Amino acid sequence: MVTYNEKVMQHFMNPQNVGDIKDADGIGEVGNPVCGDMMTFYIKVKDNKLEDVKFKTFGCGAAIAVSSMVSQIAKGKTLEEALKITNKDVAEELGGLPKNKMHCSNLGADALHAAIKDYMKKHPKQK
Amino acid sequence: MAEYENIFFDNASTTKVDDRVYAEMEPYFRQYYGNPSSLHSFGDFASTKIEEARGKVAALINTGEEEIYFTSCGTESNNFALWGIARALKDKGNHIITSAIEHYSILNPLKEMQKEGWNVTIIPVDEFGFVNPGDIKKAITKDTVLISVMHANNEIGTIQKIKAIATVAKEAEVLFHSDGIATAGIIPVDVKELGIDVYSFSAQQMYGPKGAAALYIKKGIKIRPLLLGGTQEKGRRAGTENVPAIVGFGKACEIAQAELGDCVKNITILRDNLIEGIKNSIDKVKLNGHPVMRLPGNVHISYEFVEGESILLMLNLQGIEAASGSSCASQALKSSHVLLAINLTPTMAQGSVLFSLGKYNNREQVDKVIKVLPPIIERLRQMSPLCK
Repeated sequence: MVTYNEKVMQHFMNPQNVGDIKDADGIGEVGNPVCGDMMTFYIKVKDNKLEDVKFKTFGCGAAIAVSSMVSQIAKGKTLEEALKITNKDVAEELGGLPKNKMHCSNLGADALHAAIKDYMKKHPKQK
Repeated sequence: MAEYENIFFDNASTTKVDDRVYAEMEPYFRQYYGNPSSLHSFGDFASTKIEEARGKVAALINTGEEEIYFTSCGTESNNFALWGIARALKDKGNHIITSAIEHYSILNPLKEMQKEGWNVTIIPVDEFGFVNPGDIKKAITKDTVLISVMHANNEIGTIQKIKAIATVAKEAEVLFHSDGIATAGIIPVDVKELGIDVYSFSAQQMYGPKGAAALYIKKGIKIRPLLLGGTQEKGRRAGTENVPAIVGFGKACEIAQAELGDCVKNITILRDNLIEGIKNSIDKVKLNGHPVMRLPGNVHISYEFVEGESILLMLNLQGIEAASGSSCASQALKSSHVLLAINLTPTMAQGSVLFSLGKYNNREQVDKVIKVLPPIIERLRQMSPLCK
């Protein structure tokens, strides 16, 4: 079994922001069950900031911990700031992930970005 | 040392060494530590003990002592069987038939052998994991030199129709090897009655130590050695013998022969309790493998909408040890080939957990797992985007 550090385990045992948003402003879905990891992020946007972030994840301990951490980092940030969150940031915040679990951290950032891009597509900026 | 209070439901990976086996092994580390190949009486004593163990190992599967060759592990036995027989029969043919659900210690050597000129036919299995003996018969050609089908699958528990496969092999005059690592010492095995020519099995699956295993090779069968060097094991397997482990292996076989019947009965009851308990308290689950022709301790179940490693992690926090065939649970990050071979959907393959019970498990432990598992599955399903 993979050994996760304490912070990862905390996020796995008590993930933050699990759930969905019925009237979400943006939804981003990445991964697929064939690969073993799938994340769906839901966002509520107000004044260009992420007012609320929720997620649902099908995946291993790392996937769940990453989703929780991403939602935590992203909440309250502007869309531009949130788009800059990278998988490295997530892994760092978690105090590191086992090498063969780093791909999970990619997924988390990607799912968040997908949700933001979904929002931006629905709300193109007026020139 | 503190007693590790845990529920070990992962006997398919390895088993606890029986106290009696341990006691039997102990003197061979620091008291009788001679090299069996040495000429002095100190070495000769160790040699005698190996031969005694060989007798007990042979008796377990109903063969002659001279048909048992000791190796270091099941994987070595499998490699020895495949490479050894294929090379010995190179002039006769280069075709080998196997099944899609063999252990990697069969499939990976065969992959390597394909690069070196052997042809390998992999027979698919049905939804229960059964190999159809008729399919094997159809695949046999004049170049076929070996059929290798595992006695029972360690993952989904299905016990193969070995006698029927052996008959097909015999009629075609093709040697039949079976990987018995999951069955020897666990269910009754009589290789003569089953019609098996070559059989791999291991101590660590039957409450013996890691480090000792065997290959049964029927008298008269030619085989090239895998390990070359000294003349141990009649020149068929070089290397200083792991005396303590072999002695332990012998003892484990002796105990298995005496107690196997009761163990099968008791473990089967626990297994069925666990299966029933899980099915009654969690919906959308599927028992994998055949419901009746299955190993006594195997509870392999897929849980819809959730992933295996996260289930294991939560079980681990409660002191329960199990295994999974999900990609994330494997070192190689690949879903189990066995689960894909029985046509599980990818999600169900990912959501699988194997509880493998053994003789040291009890009803209290089964009850605890039945109590603890449903909230875990429920919690993960609430988190899952697949669960509407």
